[in-house]
Amino acid sequence: MNTVNKPFRKKDAMQLVTGQPVYMDDLVPADCLIVKLLRSPHANAIVKSINTAVAKKVPGIEAIFTWEDVPQDARRYTQAGQTYPEASPYDRLLIDRHVRFVGDVVAIVAGKDDKCVDKALKMIKVEYEVLEPVLDYHTAKDNPILVHPEDNWESLCPVGGDNKRNLCAHDECGSGDIDAVLADCDVVIDHVYHTKACQQAMMETFRTYCSIDLYGRLNVLSSTQIVFHARRIIANALHIPKSMVRVTKPRIGGGFGAKQTAVCEVYPAFVTWKTRKPSKLIFTREESQIASTPRHEMEIHLRLGANKDGRIRGLDLYTLSNTGAYGEHGPTTVGLSGHKSIPLYSNAEAFRFTYDVVYTNHMSAGAYRGYGATQGLFAVESAVNELAAKLHMDPFKIREMNIVHEGDVMPAYYGAVNTSCTLDRCLAKVHEMINWNEKYPRRDMGNGKIRAVGMGMAMQGSGISGMDVGSATLKVNDEGFYTLLIGAADMGTGCDTTLAQIAAEVLECGLDNITVFGADTDTSPYDSGSYASSTTYITGKAVEKCALKLRSQICKLGAQLLDCSENDVEFDGKTVFTSADPSKSVSLGDIATASMFGHDIPLEVTETHMSPLSPPPYMVGAAEVEVDTETGEVKLLEFDACVDCGTPINPNLTRVQAEGGILQGIGMTLTENVTYDQRGWPMENSLMQYKIPTRVDVGKVRVEFENSYEPNGPFGAKSIGEVVINTPLPAISDAIYNAIGTRFYELPITPEKIAMAVAEKEGAV
Amino acid sequence: MMTIREYKRAESLEEAWQLNQKRPNRVLGGMIWLKMENINVGTAIDLSGLGLDTIEETDEGFSIGAMVTLRQLELHPGLAAYTDGAVRESVRHIVGVQLRNLATVGGSIYSRFGFSDVLTMFLALNASVELYKGGVVPLAEYAQRPYDRDILVRVLVPKEHSRFVYQSVRNSQTDFPVLTCAAAKLADGSIRAAIGARPGKAVLYTAAPEAGETAEKFAARFAAEVKADIKTESNLRGGAEYRRHLAGVLTKRAVCRLEG
Amino acid sequence: MQITLTLNDKKLTADVAPDTLLIDFVRSHGCLSVKRGCETSNCGLCTVFLDDKPVLSCSVLAARADGHKVTTLEGLQDEAAEFGAFIADQGAEQCGFCNPGFIMNALALFREKEYPTDEEIKEYLSGNLCRCSGYEGQLRGIRNFLAWKKAKKETAE
Repeated sequence: MNTVNKPFRKKDAMQLVTGQPVYMDDLVPADCLIVKLLRSPHANAIVKSINTAVAKKVPGIEAIFTWEDVPQDARRYTQAGQTYPEASPYDRLLIDRHVRFVGDVVAIVAGKDDKCVDKALKMIKVEYEVLEPVLDYHTAKDNPILVHPEDNWESLCPVGGDNKRNLCAHDECGSGDIDAVLADCDVVIDHVYHTKACQQAMMETFRTYCSIDLYGRLNVLSSTQIVFHARRIIANALHIPKSMVRVTKPRIGGGFGAKQTAVCEVYPAFVTWKTRKPSKLIFTREESQIASTPRHEMEIHLRLGANKDGRIRGLDLYTLSNTGAYGEHGPTTVGLSGHKSIPLYSNAEAFRFTYDVVYTNHMSAGAYRGYGATQGLFAVESAVNELAAKLHMDPFKIREMNIVHEGDVMPAYYGAVNTSCTLDRCLAKVHEMINWNEKYPRRDMGNGKIRAVGMGMAMQGSGISGMDVGSATLKVNDEGFYTLLIGAADMGTGCDTTLAQIAAEVLECGLDNITVFGADTDTSPYDSGSYASSTTYITGKAVEKCALKLRSQICKLGAQLLDCSENDVEFDGKTVFTSADPSKSVSLGDIATASMFGHDIPLEVTETHMSPLSPPPYMVGAAEVEVDTETGEVKLLEFDACVDCGTPINPNLTRVQAEGGILQGIGMTLTENVTYDQRGWPMENSLMQYKIPTRVDVGKVRVEFENSYEPNGPFGAKSIGEVVINTPLPAISDAIYNAIGTRFYELPITPEKIAMAVAEKEGAV
Repeated sequence: MMTIREYKRAESLEEAWQLNQKRPNRVLGGMIWLKMENINVGTAIDLSGLGLDTIEETDEGFSIGAMVTLRQLELHPGLAAYTDGAVRESVRHIVGVQLRNLATVGGSIYSRFGFSDVLTMFLALNASVELYKGGVVPLAEYAQRPYDRDILVRVLVPKEHSRFVYQSVRNSQTDFPVLTCAAAKLADGSIRAAIGARPGKAVLYTAAPEAGETAEKFAARFAAEVKADIKTESNLRGGAEYRRHLAGVLTKRAVCRLEG
Repeated sequence: MQITLTLNDKKLTADVAPDTLLIDFVRSHGCLSVKRGCETSNCGLCTVFLDDKPVLSCSVLAARADGHKVTTLEGLQDEAAEFGAFIADQGAEQCGFCNPGFIMNALALFREKEYPTDEEIKEYLSGNLCRCSGYEGQLRGIRNFLAWKKAKKETAE
């Protein structure tokens, strides 16, 4: 291969490292209206009255909107970026008289600058009828206090939701007689695992700019992963025709799933639609922390049964997921907690997976890299580590005995066949990378310092099977350069480059010969968007198909110019020539010119792809920590990982995806906490309080690849973006267990928890 | 959100002091905290034109101008030599170089925040503050005073023939501390320890080894005394019990290192 | 109030409000590389040089820059491209939003210390958050840049 599997620089790399103005706030006019939101200080309240008269008089204020400007009995909508009909319930109004979390929107203020808008925000007088909130998600289901008592709550899909029970979704599935199998097991590991509503914390906060175009349509320039879904969401929220909305995205400053939800788009859209003036809304970091779309807090009750010899026989998993005040991604994330953890052990005799997704008066949860699999894998992999410890078996050995292999049927993965898998080789590789035999389980370094290792495995999907749609348009331009149009969103992942690499491979041209443009709902071919680990596998395949078809169009026109049948010519990327006599040829440049002069064979192709399968990428990770048993401090000395993502389209970018995902997993395990006070106020409301890892918090992170070849992916590729966040949770937790002999079932594992556990054991408290 | 009506780069301490007597006016330090406050400042008083940005070392001690940055403290060879690197250790975890190039000693000491590494360190250094009107006041006393409208001009550190050690426990490396401990071994063999981030303001403890007491036994005894006495509370970063536990651990370790 | 400063080697006089922050001032004067990532001085995205020292422009009043020299990545394009190429060769620029602040501070580090160790690099850059790269690729890029710089210097000698 010439272009695929090569570490090309990203097409936008030099623009980014030299700080060029390519992000939303670098591109918009300085004199547009500034939009800010007045947010509720109450977790559950009704706006009894709201007086904006004084605030409106602040010089420079253009408009203030409240619930009185939004019909309360109109159809609700969801901000979740999902394929229609969305699994997420339609439970929002653009401004709802009933505010349901601290930070819910009470008013939208637009004015000529920050100062006047800030002033006006302080002058809005709101009288609330404060209601008792539902803050403990254990008590949410069938609680007499309803988060969504309204009658126009609507669920478009049969996901088991019932707003009159605070239930966003519910389901049960399984295979085999799990109760009988567990009853027959020698050992059953039975625990509840708790993970928090961690924040994506991308460096660029949520932001959107809106204007009215030449045709009177609403133009939305937003930092989003989902331009097409955003168009629908905005139209639904504003109750305007979808034809009146155009959404484009500039370079995005990170997303990780956060920007798969239209968190901020509807507010400036409303302002601009009403005032016909350009406006922008840029979330503060505080807003991004308290009123956004974090991971679903989940509590997973897992019973995992095995025989004494280490054979895993059954998994019974119940997930309680907290979707917060609104149901964005609630019914879907929860599914991955079982469907993307249990299949690692597809040779088990039985499984059962049950879940409830409940509403509470916390901020709404959403999509975050890993999307429920992270939570489920923490539970399952921690339980398998505990099983190994209980049976005095090596955690690698117990995996070798039980893991899924290529060709296996995976009952908990909708009965799909495992089409490509090198999980066994990943195990061997990581075992060697971390020097497991020497380090496992622990080494006492003296002075209260203990070094220990732990490991875990992970899987994810590659797009949503049977649903996600990816498309690509390719066209030949003057002198034979190509333009690739996509609706997928490069959020730093590099898909503008990797998709072009796929096209270049098929078209046998240099990467520089392809320009890329995405994404614009008016001009890009339809794409579900960049989420669910779909871009490389789904959109990548669309690009491959598209490039193949374009080749045949090039041959067709080339043959016409050569005055022969298209069956008699070949294309080598530079010229079309006759197979019989390669000296009879016409260059791509001349073909391009001909396509614009007197010919009617189009050199522009659009192809769409959908996959009935979602082949899982796999990963194994192992951590070495040094625990200070007196202070509880943990140093992550080393994290070694091996990934099977099929063929890495761009090995540099896959590596950095893996390293970045691992770091986020480390943060989730050790420092990133989300807590609420008794009033329902989120405590970690800034990067001062919500601690994502800095570069001095981690030691070495090393990543290797064991490539399988996925027959359904472009050039054998599967996904990489999400699977990489999952392994640190069980691996680091187990390393800490191996260091101090206490196992933690709740994240993050702070120094306090460790020190107090050690002190308690030693009777020192 | 902070607003400022007027900005004034003071031309003399007297001018700064005069301006600072009016209620809505504020002296600017490194601006790290002021910027985050929801406050309407009348006149922001900038001391940066008064030459208070130097560290002067003599045989008797150090005179540190209020506008000296934490980064200057970190890099000062004299302070490093005198404190066995403890001063550098006390500030190097504070967010990052760019912040430490702004945050000032005067701002840190004036604010007297409970979590302050700088306050903890300077208490163990037996520092004093020089106030424009109030003269020289021991830091231990100043730390307990309510905020007033005097101008903090310099921080003075005497040379005491001591050895120093600084430790902190943090949930992540550049976070606020869960607990801080700065300790000095004095010429008479006694140990002075400042424990901060309880999360309240740093407090001072002293102890001396008893005749024939091994370093280890002395460390354990002092640690037990501190642990028994110290008042700790809970916040986002740690519980009161954990802090009490850490106070013991860090005191013990400080003694061991200073005696070792 | 009126301030006069040197912005990227050009002398500039401008009217500012007393509470205008340096980040907003330089952005309104075309230095759009300077980004805001938080309100709490934690992220390092807004790093600029004030009299050649790296500072957080979100935490400095524009008024305080009166009479001083301010440098942003716009004023260091050659250095940014030269060093940035090594980050690009790792794919470590990722979303790019933290890059200008990170590159500014890395350039500050190289000025203070010609060949820093891994530990020195990490400590100096600890105030530059990045959520995409996991920092490893940035470290590889820095190491490669330093090795290249050293080789170039040795060849020249």
